[in-house]
Amino acid sequence: MTPRFGRRAAGGLAVALLLAPAACGADDPPGAVGTAGAARTAGVDDGSTLTLWTRAATESVSRAYAEAYNATHDNTVQVTAYPNEEYPAKLASAAGARALPDLFATDVVFAPQYASQGLWRDVTDSFAALAVKRAVAPAHVRAGTWRDRNYAVPHTIDMSVLLYNKELYARAGLDPARPPATLAEFAQHARRIDQLGGDVHGTYFGGNCGGCVEFTFWPSVWAAGGEVLTADGSASTVDSAEMAAVFSLYRRLYEDGVAAPASKDEAGPTWLGALKTGKVGIAPAPSVWLGLIEEAGVELGVAPITGIDGGESTFVGGDAIGIGATTGKAAQAWDFLAWTMSDEAQVEVVAKRKGVPTRTDLASNRYSSADPRIVTINRLMAKGRTPYAKNFNASFNDPQSPWLRTVRGALFGDTATALSEGNAAITRSLQQG
Amino acid sequence: MSTTLIPIAAPADRPPPRPGSGRRPGGLRRRRALTGLAYASPTAALVAVFFLLPIGLVGWMSLHRWPLLGQPEFNAPANYTAVPGDDLVRGAARFTVAYTVLMTAILVVVAVGLALLVQQRRRGVGFFRTAFLLPMAVGFATASLLFLGMLSDEIGPVTRALAALGIVDGYVSWTSGSATSASASAVVLVVWRFAGFTMLIVLTGLQAIPTDLYEAARLDGAGPWQTFRRITLPLLRRTLALVLTLTITGSLLAFDQFWILTRGGPDNSTTSLVMVLYRKAFIELDLGSAAAVSVLLLLVLVAVNVVQLGALRGRSR
Repeated sequence: MTPRFGRRAAGGLAVALLLAPAACGADDPPGAVGTAGAARTAGVDDGSTLTLWTRAATESVSRAYAEAYNATHDNTVQVTAYPNEEYPAKLASAAGARALPDLFATDVVFAPQYASQGLWRDVTDSFAALAVKRAVAPAHVRAGTWRDRNYAVPHTIDMSVLLYNKELYARAGLDPARPPATLAEFAQHARRIDQLGGDVHGTYFGGNCGGCVEFTFWPSVWAAGGEVLTADGSASTVDSAEMAAVFSLYRRLYEDGVAAPASKDEAGPTWLGALKTGKVGIAPAPSVWLGLIEEAGVELGVAPITGIDGGESTFVGGDAIGIGATTGKAAQAWDFLAWTMSDEAQVEVVAKRKGVPTRTDLASNRYSSADPRIVTINRLMAKGRTPYAKNFNASFNDPQSPWLRTVRGALFGDTATALSEGNAAITRSLQQG
Repeated sequence: MSTTLIPIAAPADRPPPRPGSGRRPGGLRRRRALTGLAYASPTAALVAVFFLLPIGLVGWMSLHRWPLLGQPEFNAPANYTAVPGDDLVRGAARFTVAYTVLMTAILVVVAVGLALLVQQRRRGVGFFRTAFLLPMAVGFATASLLFLGMLSDEIGPVTRALAALGIVDGYVSWTSGSATSASASAVVLVVWRFAGFTMLIVLTGLQAIPTDLYEAARLDGAGPWQTFRRITLPLLRRTLALVLTLTITGSLLAFDQFWILTRGGPDNSTTSLVMVLYRKAFIELDLGSAAAVSVLLLLVLVAVNVVQLGALRGRSR
């Protein structure tokens, strides 16, 4: 507890700076990563144990894949899931320590960043040799591509759709068989249901969650012919008229109290809980919540997200998966990945659990036909998009992202300023690094 | 906090070496020095490996564009020159400084107050001392999660209890409703978690003050306020220096409470410097810039501590 502490620390810093070059020279990686396994195209099933990391949100699908694969193969896939928010940091620190798992999945919008950073092995040749390659979800495949090489393939698919409460529709005198055909009509329906009063609200959204808003609002922009990003993901176009119209519609719903007041502070974690209460009339939400909300005893209808005056689109989200760059079991890991894209896995694991197959040619299968709502969802994939940008997380999903600032301004502050200033800030963030 | 050094006998006091022993007078001294070095070397090695080396590595990283995998590229001073123009860093720096000033003032006042309350040996005082210290037994991240749950409008009892008392009405979001309520949530959490520990430090300082000083003051007719200002505070100065150092350093490095409780929101109003650093490293995967911000933060910490300890020592002389 003397001033010497400071001097000692500063002195130590200087000494350490001189020593450091020697320390990290030994740490340099032995050449380029990610090309070593590309020459081999076939999978190997030799009884290896493979580690697979994923985020909690899609853990159940990863486990179902692993269970089915382990039952029919010599290799064993072990799934470890991490909390959604902590997962990117976990991956980054594992990469820094060169201790990535054999396989890891990630939110598909982060795939370009991990591919560009070399966190996955190059699987271009193995993937090209796969017979079903052409039918594998194109938006996801594109997300896992960096400089024309493939690094990741689709793992799970989750799309944004409108979920509406059939019972509240009937109570408000609306026809539960006729969902809104335009976003304007969506707002009308929400207002009608909100008039039921009590603790029922017309709609709900994640107004303090960048990821929630892009997932649910962007399809309305796309449906109207607008864009949010340039094709190469290097610049933002969120200051478009289409985007302003969508924000203005949701803004009025919030200001008039039609959207539940908690929408303003919804940062994601309680979003599903709010819809499960059965007190929300109609809201854009992840398609995978259909089953989860119905388990809570709420009967739901499903409709595509629309543009202000019509058209329909969806955000093709979910997870992409690749082979960890530091693994020594690339051929075994590819055996698992190739299997997950097979008819067997997509129909008997994914479709059977009411999931969306990662292959366009399996959109209608023997499970989907049992529930017309699943057909609605599967049919949407062809119209949907997965936005592509290397700095997607930092620009859009992170709580400190310029996009969240833009969203907050557009919904609860000065819309015009928020969109123009936000657009510039997002572009700067996209072009960083 | 003072130590007494036992003077080591100077070589001149010792009998001269026997002639013909062949030992030079410096031999013993060098042997003693080597023994000292041997005793100190395990600690020195630990400090070098776990303190100096990482700091050096961070400094080195800050001069590079440093990818997660692959070759670093020298780019100094780009990582440093980008810092002043970064809105997020500027906002976070302003918030972190304001938070540090507020938090330090509140913690010191609360801790001194609590310590004065439980200073005397009285019936039941042990219960209160324990009660004030007990939150320290809960991990800080756990405590943050606990508050997140308690303050939640969906699952927590706080809003419901306040509504029952008629203080609030309807939906309230404590942790992300407004900048003020978000900061206040974190401040209350930190006070709850750390006031007891800070009190404990102050208490040891208080009890080191000889009671005869108080008796003498009382005989001279000093009132309680005068006694506090003229005796307690001056003699508590070194203890307070320790408290200030711990609190200011802790607040400048604030992370858990905001990361868990407010996520830096609403609208980045509770984004601390360490959160920005974390974002640069793990979200932007820009390790070089993150290292540069760390180095700057380290320099600020060193500077603050040098100034603060210098001032407190200077006045006490």
